[in-house]
Amino acid sequence: MIAIVDYGVGNLFSLKSSFQSIGADVVVTSDKQVIESADKIVLPGVGAFEDAAKKLAESGLKEVVIEQAKKGKYLLGICLGMQLLFDKSLEYGEHKGLGLIKGEVRPIEEVIPKEYKIPHIGWNQLEFGRKKSPLFKYLREGECVYFVHSYYGANCDKSVIATTEYGASLTAAVANGNVFGCQFHPEKSGKAGLSILRAFCEMGVRK
Amino acid sequence: MITKRIIPCLDVKNGRVVKGVNFQGLSDVSSPVELGKYYSDNGADELVFYDITASAEGRTLFTDILREVARTIFIPLTVGGGINTLDDFDRVLKCGADKVSVNSGAIKNPNLIYEAAKRYGNQCVVLSADVKRVDGTFRVFAKGGRENTGMEAIEWIKRGVDNGAGEIVVNSIDTDGVKKGFDLEMLDKVCSAVSVPVIASGGAGKAEDFIDLFQTLPKVDAGLAASIFHFGEVKISDLKQILSQSGIPMRI
Repeated sequence: MIAIVDYGVGNLFSLKSSFQSIGADVVVTSDKQVIESADKIVLPGVGAFEDAAKKLAESGLKEVVIEQAKKGKYLLGICLGMQLLFDKSLEYGEHKGLGLIKGEVRPIEEVIPKEYKIPHIGWNQLEFGRKKSPLFKYLREGECVYFVHSYYGANCDKSVIATTEYGASLTAAVANGNVFGCQFHPEKSGKAGLSILRAFCEMGVRK
Repeated sequence: MITKRIIPCLDVKNGRVVKGVNFQGLSDVSSPVELGKYYSDNGADELVFYDITASAEGRTLFTDILREVARTIFIPLTVGGGINTLDDFDRVLKCGADKVSVNSGAIKNPNLIYEAAKRYGNQCVVLSADVKRVDGTFRVFAKGGRENTGMEAIEWIKRGVDNGAGEIVVNSIDTDGVKKGFDLEMLDKVCSAVSVPVIASGGAGKAEDFIDLFQTLPKVDAGLAASIFHFGEVKISDLKQILSQSGIPMRI
């Protein structure tokens, strides 16, 4: 069973539907025990880092997510949920993240040329670098996924599993062992996105 | 490289897609769910559902259908029509919309954009403006293009962006329905005035109109159209192939 962590940020309807469409057993939950008993955890997120980090902490679910991830449970952070996995974010001040991915979240305006619009909205191509992550096993390099963001994962070279070109090479996805994160929205990225969710569902499952 | 988006727009009234649709292979050509799926499977980068219902019953039906569409389609969904309050934002976002497009609602209540952007983020708020030339100036029209508000269009759009609109749909009343191409003059002015994504609407009649649009105005992010897609005059998958061959970045 896959647990989508509901800590009061955003609407999880599409995310849940996307997992259901690939036949996954999925629940949206804010119950610690359900998260503890799940096979895999999905950490969603929209909005501002500080607000989301605060809500995750206040819900009491932050520790559970960290603890489960450290025990080796597969975890997928999506969009702001990916950013929360980092050590810290520099969005409006400096805020602590979950510390599961080494690095920090910084404004994309620091690295992209002025003529590029912010936020980075739309379908952009994935580049995998030297080694293809199992998260992308059903995907060809260069396929497009849907992005909406103004901040990006920085100083996380060791964890980067995909980048996207937007005036600069931006972090599109990260991984550290059993912990994965996508800056884009797989649940809004058509067939390519669903194939990423399927690959995540299949991790650690013996055929 | 970020791709240019092709966006079909569906007008929904009392739970059905209106303006007539002419496709083969669909069992129910005016079902928003079937049509949405058709477009999503055939290369649309995003869908816009526009609620043109006037009654409360029709509105409830629209939200039910929206939920069904969001359950079946995994590309971004924008909803417009009848958005006048934050409650309207809430109603459609809960049903799975990703972005909400405001038009007359923002004219009636200029705070709506600011309030919505503050609550849901700029990326969620799309300002849609119906613009027409009046005595050599661009004016904003309300009520589906029937009423001249007297407001200067570029100023209005700039103000919308300052208040938090994350995207702009520019619909040219002058070129809408004429099928002789997008209103490049108007779009150029808007692109120079704002730094958020601009979606062109009104005037597409053939694939070349989209080539013209993106080649003449590289700052335009997306092209929106309704009837040429609905009537099968231009298939989105073919259009994207043609655009890609012309050197315009597309998600194929």
